[in-house]
Amino acid sequence: MSSARTPDDTRTVLDGAEIARALTRVAHEIVERAKGADDIVLLGIPTRGVFLARLIAERIRAIEGREVPVGSLDVTMYRDDLRRAPARALLPTQIPADGIDDKIVVLVDDVLYSGRTIRAALDAMNDIGRPRAVQLAVLVDRGHRELPIRADFVGKNIPTSKSEKVHVRVSEHDGDDAVLISGHAGAAEAEAR
Amino acid sequence: MKRHLLSSADLDRDDALLVLDTAAELAALTGRTVKKLPTLRGRTVVNLFFEDSTRTRISFEAAAKRLSADVINFSAKGSSVSKGESLKDTALTLEAMGADAVVIRHAASGAPHQLAHSGWIGGSVVNAGDGTHEHPTQALLDAFTMRRHLAGGKGDLEGRKVTIVGDVLHSRVARSNVLLLATLGAEVTLVAPPTLFPVGVETWPCATSYDLDSHLRDADAVMLLRVQLERMNAAFVPSVREYSRRYGLDKQRMSTMPDHAIVMHPGPMNRGMEIASDVADAPRSVIVEQVANGVSVRMAVLYLLLGGAQLGTGEPDTDDADTGVEA
Repeated sequence: MSSARTPDDTRTVLDGAEIARALTRVAHEIVERAKGADDIVLLGIPTRGVFLARLIAERIRAIEGREVPVGSLDVTMYRDDLRRAPARALLPTQIPADGIDDKIVVLVDDVLYSGRTIRAALDAMNDIGRPRAVQLAVLVDRGHRELPIRADFVGKNIPTSKSEKVHVRVSEHDGDDAVLISGHAGAAEAEAR
Repeated sequence: MKRHLLSSADLDRDDALLVLDTAAELAALTGRTVKKLPTLRGRTVVNLFFEDSTRTRISFEAAAKRLSADVINFSAKGSSVSKGESLKDTALTLEAMGADAVVIRHAASGAPHQLAHSGWIGGSVVNAGDGTHEHPTQALLDAFTMRRHLAGGKGDLEGRKVTIVGDVLHSRVARSNVLLLATLGAEVTLVAPPTLFPVGVETWPCATSYDLDSHLRDADAVMLLRVQLERMNAAFVPSVREYSRRYGLDKQRMSTMPDHAIVMHPGPMNRGMEIASDVADAPRSVIVEQVANGVSVRMAVLYLLLGGAQLGTGEPDTDDADTGVEA
C-alpha cells in the first residue's frame, strides 16, 4: 500500500465507454456462437468476473429478449498455489437453481493471465455438474499463459510485460469502469488479483 | 489464524468471523451431489480421541474427508494407551507417521496445550474437548448457528442475548461459548445452581444467575447443557428431579421465550432432564442443525489451519510449506 508509485505510471487502457462496447460485442458473440440464448449460463469468477457476467447478461437480454441465468464460481479451494500463501478467505459460489448440467456454461473473468484460475474453475465445475460445453469470456487477455488455455471471447487483447499489473475497475465494486495498467520493471510484486 | 486452535480465546474477532464466513461458504457443499473439495489432498489428519465421543469425532472425520485429507482415527480403547503408553509416546508415534494436524480429545484439561507446545509434533493441534476446560469448535458451530438464525448469517452477534443453562462447573462447552460469544459481542448469562458454578466465574465476560425463569423472557437463544449424570453422585444437586424442575426447559417455560428465540443443546441430550422431549423436537429447536453446521465449521477450521502456508508463527515450518515439500 505504501509503495512509492506515482500516479503517473498508471495509464488507462480502456475507459468506461470502451468497456461497454467491448462487453456488447462479447454478448453478441456469445449469442452468435450458441445460436440463441437458450441453455446459456454465465458463471462469473469472483470478484469482478461476477459483475462483468451480470453486465453481459443484461446485454444478452437486450439482444434476445430473455433472461440468462447468472451465477458465481469461487475457485479458491481448487487453486494450485494455495500452499504458497496463508489460507485465503472464500468468496461466494452461487450456482443458478437449474444447475449447469447440459447447459452451455460461459465462464466470465476480468483478466486472463497465467490461465491457472481457469484451470481451477474447470476443476470446480467438474464437481458441480456436467455442462454440454464450457466457454471462456474475459474482458482483458494480457498474455503470458502458463497452461494450454485460451479465451473464446475477449474484450481486448492487451500485450503486457510480466512486471506490470492490470487493474480492472467495475462501477458496482470500485465506483467507475476502467482498465488500468500500472508498474514497470522493478515494481513487480506478484499480487494475485 | 494461529497455528493451533486450543481455546476460543485464541480467536480474535476477525479470526472468528473468518471461520464463520468460510463455514458459510462451505455449508453450500452439503446440498451438492459431490460433497468433496480437493483442498487438503495428500495431508493427514489424525483424530486422537482419549475420551468417548460420537458426534465430534464423526464430525471431524467427515470434515477432513470432505476436504480430501487422509484421516487416521485413533481411540484410546484398544490401543497402546490401554497398555500404559504416555501422551508423549503416542504423539511421537503420530509425528513419525507424518500427521499434519492432530485433533485431540482428552479427559485432562490442558492436554491439547501440552501437545501443541511440547515440541513433540510439528503439525497443527485442534482441541476437540479437554477435560472441563474448552471445546472451541463446539463454540464456533454454536455461534454459526446463532448467526444464521439471529443475525441473517452475516457479521457478528452484537447485542444478542444468550442464556446458557446447566452444569457450568463441568462444562467445556460453556467456557468456550462464553469466550467466543463475548468476542462476537453477544451478552451471555450463565444460569445454574450455586454448586455448579466454577470458582472464578465472576471473572468470565458474562453475567451469572441462579434463576432460569427471569432470563427466558428476553433471550434470543437458550442453550441447555447436558446434566453430566456420571458426575452427579457428588451431591451437586439434591436430586435430578429437583434439578429438572428448576433448571430444565419444558414446554411451559419455552412459551415465555420470545417468538424468534431458538433452543440449543450441544448433545448428547438427556430428554426429560435438562430438556423436555417436546421442547427438543419443537420447531424452534435447532439441535439437529447444530450437528450439520458442525461439519461446515470444522471444515473451515481445518482449511484455515492446513490449507495455506504456515506463516507468522515463528515456527520453522515455513520453508517446507513454501516449497510444498512434505517432510
